[in-house]
Amino acid sequence: MTEPRTLFDKIWDAHVVTRREDGSELLFIDRHLVHEGSFLAFDKLKEKRAKVRRPDLTVGVADHYVPTRNRDSNAIAPELARMIRQLDENCRSNGIRLFGLTDPRQGIVHVIGPEQGLTLPGLTLVCGDSHTSTHGAFGTLAFGIGASEVAHVLLTQCLWQKKPKKMRVTVDGALPPGTSAKDIALSMIARIGADGAQGHAIEYAGSAVRALSMEGRLTLCNLSIESGARCGMVAPDETTFAYVEGRPFAPKDGLLEQALAHWRQLTSDADAAFDREITLRGAEIAPTVTWGISPEDALPVNASVPDPNAVADPSRASHIREALAYMGLDPGQPIETIAIDRVFIGSCTNSRIEDLRSAAGILAGRQAKIPGLVSPGSHLVKQQAEQEGLDRIFLAAGLEWVDSGCSMCVGMNGDIASPGQRCASTTNRNFKGRQGPGARTHLMSPAMAAAAAVTGRITDMRELLREQAR
Amino acid sequence: MKPFDILHATACALPLASVDTDRIIPARFLKRSRAEGYGPCLFHDMRLDENGEKRPDFPLNRPEAQGAEILVARRNFGAGSSREAAVYALMDSGFRCVIAPSFGDIFAANSVNNGLLPAKVSESDAEEMLALLESGHPSATVDLKDGLIRIGNRSFAFTIDPIWRTKLLNGWDDLDLTTSLTHEVTEFETEDATARPWLTLG
Ligand code: SF4
Repeated sequence: MTEPRTLFDKIWDAHVVTRREDGSELLFIDRHLVHEGSFLAFDKLKEKRAKVRRPDLTVGVADHYVPTRNRDSNAIAPELARMIRQLDENCRSNGIRLFGLTDPRQGIVHVIGPEQGLTLPGLTLVCGDSHTSTHGAFGTLAFGIGASEVAHVLLTQCLWQKKPKKMRVTVDGALPPGTSAKDIALSMIARIGADGAQGHAIEYAGSAVRALSMEGRLTLCNLSIESGARCGMVAPDETTFAYVEGRPFAPKDGLLEQALAHWRQLTSDADAAFDREITLRGAEIAPTVTWGISPEDALPVNASVPDPNAVADPSRASHIREALAYMGLDPGQPIETIAIDRVFIGSCTNSRIEDLRSAAGILAGRQAKIPGLVSPGSHLVKQQAEQEGLDRIFLAAGLEWVDSGCSMCVGMNGDIASPGQRCASTTNRNFKGRQGPGARTHLMSPAMAAAAAVTGRITDMRELLREQAR
Repeated sequence: MKPFDILHATACALPLASVDTDRIIPARFLKRSRAEGYGPCLFHDMRLDENGEKRPDFPLNRPEAQGAEILVARRNFGAGSSREAAVYALMDSGFRCVIAPSFGDIFAANSVNNGLLPAKVSESDAEEMLALLESGHPSATVDLKDGLIRIGNRSFAFTIDPIWRTKLLNGWDDLDLTTSLTHEVTEFETEDATARPWLTLG
């Protein structure tokens, strides 16, 4: 009898090339995604006069620095153009397939991996970006790495890793109407803390997770890193297989049959042990927003901002004080009274077609009181949204409909909020200065961001849903 | 990589929790090449005001913090973005060790890959160290072999993954080791091509 194993163990074990005496293991990497920021690793390669070992398993994507408004080559700021060109050159000289600025399949790396069928169940996938955890939605062992590790993978197609601990997050029951994967994730992070899952690989399970579409699972796994987890995964099932089938780089015909037989084994054995287990009740998940400067500073929309004087732990109290000062909020202020200056709908967390549909569902027939930017996750998502008429809903409401990229998630391309501005954002990080120096970010789901656009303050989108039903 | 053994140096208290890598180095500085150096970008928007003037109340700007090689902070240091530039900025500014109750996993791995020691201590020890440093003991000794930090006449245990400890003590570079294992990697690839033929991207 072999010992019962988790989904994570099965994928990990299948990729161990060798083990060294200190206990770390050399993992083979099936997919390596690089972007403009990977230039530091390519520079290391040049220093060593080395070549990429498996250019065929490496894919380049331009997303972090791409302009979202005007892609005319004369209009692009020179320093952005330089970053994009640098990626082009590094990919070309190493024979790496590239989805560059002008490619019709361009988009955010964590959106186009799944979209193109590059992300498949059972693979190991890495990228020099912390939100690589996104791809775990397919039952893929996917995690973010730093530049030294990117260079190591480019050179060897392998990575030395120590096995993380395993944690299972079970969400059972149906989610209330109007709540989504974003609300599950923010509720979980609020509960365990932004470092709550550090050193752990999360597996999401339970009926509420099974019921999520691939888009929802991608959002959930994407935010794993905000709980400190190394990665997050969902065991592949029929929802996964249906999504994968027919994607450009997914296996076809006989190979697909073979792959499916393998993928169906990718579940945690019934009695496999986890180092830690937590359970959330689906019915208790409410639309959730952040009020502070860490994703753990999240509360249901009808709650009030905490009062540091009521918190016993001195470190937590000082964090709350620092957060309220930066965010310009009063202790005890009801979250729904927070006025918003602008909206951003986009990023690898919430820019897929389902996200855009859900935002458009709230905005249809309504006007936004404040300006906002809607940036679809990929050019193909943009096309699909336009076929469905979603662009017209956003434009009619008064929001900007732009091209795909990381945009206001990180502001590297110049899309930023101004100092003191308060942004309702579907992204993943409300860190100080993340959306521009002095900018204030409130994280929430696409439907909640749309509701904030309509009223100009943080709003329980269920109110607008009820209005629609009347 | 330079081996890490014992470090006796000026230590600076940064009594903040969840100092993410966006704050350690804001995104707009990530276009720099390694050769340009990242020292001037460290904690840029915390250290300097809108006019580029030093904020006198920021701990790293205080006279007693000059030349610090050890940083003590609260929990969840280095959370967030995988940008290795956060480690470069610390190292280019002279830091060799960060002490905190917890670290972002990717930040900690990046640190070890560059010879910066992420030393994990209990929350209560971190609080005591912060208080000690601020009450006129602005230096510390970090002994990686013993796993001990000394400030004044107090001594605190820290933890680090044993694999990382060995790597730091020896100044090992993973790349050298892996390139000597090319044969094993090739063997894995060959077997794998039969076991999982759908893996290739054509
Ligand atoms: S959208 Fe944001 S989180 Fe996602 S890859 Fe881009 S910068 Fe990173």
